[in-house]
Amino acid sequence: MHELGIMTGVMDAVEKSAREAGAQKVLEVTLSVGEMTEAIEDALQFAFEVLSESSQLCSDATLKINMISPKSECLECGAVYTHDRFHMLCPECGGFATQLLEGRELQIDSIEVDLPDDAESGADADKSGVSDDELGQ
Amino acid sequence: MAHIDLKQPILDKNDQLARELRQRFAENHVFVVDLLASPGSGKTSTILATIDALRDEFNIAVIEGDIASSVDAERIKAQGTPAVQINTGGACHLESAMLKRAIDMLDLERLDLIIIENVGNLVCPTDFDLGENMKVMILSVPEGDDKPLKYPGVFQAAEAVILNKVDTMPVFNFDEEAFTSAVNQLNPQAPIFRIAATKEQGVSEWAEWLAEKIRAVQ
Ligand SMILES: Nc1nc2c(ncn2[C@@H]2O[C@H](COP(=O)(O)OP(=O)(O)O)[C@@H](O)[C@H]2O)c(=O)[nH]1
Ligand SMILES: [Mg+2]
Ligand SMILES: [Zn+2]
Ligand SMILES: [Zn+2]
Repeated sequence: MHELGIMTGVMDAVEKSAREAGAQKVLEVTLSVGEMTEAIEDALQFAFEVLSESSQLCSDATLKINMISPKSECLECGAVYTHDRFHMLCPECGGFATQLLEGRELQIDSIEVDLPDDAESGADADKSGVSDDELGQ
Repeated sequence: MAHIDLKQPILDKNDQLARELRQRFAENHVFVVDLLASPGSGKTSTILATIDALRDEFNIAVIEGDIASSVDAERIKAQGTPAVQINTGGACHLESAMLKRAIDMLDLERLDLIIIENVGNLVCPTDFDLGENMKVMILSVPEGDDKPLKYPGVFQAAEAVILNKVDTMPVFNFDEEAFTSAVNQLNPQAPIFRIAATKEQGVSEWAEWLAEKIRAVQ
């Protein structure tokens, strides 16, 4: 429902990190999204397409989403088990006291970017302002 | 090409501000409840009934975030309880920045309980921490006993589930057994309170459970 808002936050954070790293293009953005959240994968993809179109840094980027399935620990018998959105009860002892360990993630894991030296070594001759000397390591 | 690790929560800004609010609530010994429910399920009615039950013991304030009902703040103020209306500008959920603006208008030091009426929506508000002590969800009988299966997230995020409008149960063929077992599967630890907010039915049990939580932070 608010995937556009969520993705606006993602784009802001991604562009900031890419700029800080001196990147010229963002190639890929990887997110982790827990299945217990209300964020829907398709809606996130759609929001990303819409927003990246108007972003210079991200116009060619693709979005990779790792969906995280829920995992809980039983506080009674200690069992750790995966489950779906609907069944939280401990499958071992039927215990009621359980704690969710994974499944509520909404995280930007990483980004892949093109740095200026990538462009130099590639076919792009447009980066005349950047010399090998300036780039350092 | 370079790989940059971020490991950054997407709702970082919201969560950070929520943590600051939670800290402020704790310092002022005020207990904060975030109420989640559909429009018309009886959030405002439940708030009014809860105030009635607890006003002798606690100083209470209400934050109104439900866009569908700008009259709600007036209904609450008419009962002599401070109420702040948040202008959500049509947003589908409250975020901590919106809540902070409302909180800043209240005298936290003299309050014991703040009830937040979130935007009427069973989906979005689940993902947003507001710094509250707990989220509580209200389902009303006419919405149907299958709602836990359609909106598992909100039932999972809630520390308690209020089933409102139980007076209408015969009319709506509500299968309470199916409802209870679905809620127990989703959220085994959450108590279910059956109430009829406008008929003063079942409210005292819910209010006493809440009062215990409020006393614990004082
Ligand atoms: N029969 C019955 N009606 C109720 C009950 N609680 C609320 N209502 C009615 O449901 C409608 C919506 O209530 P309101 O509290 O404004 O819902 P909100 O939109 O969630 O804040 C109003 O007409 C209330 O009078 C109840 O326990 N029983
Ligand atoms: Mg209302
Ligand atoms: Zn167990
Ligand atoms: Zn939303």
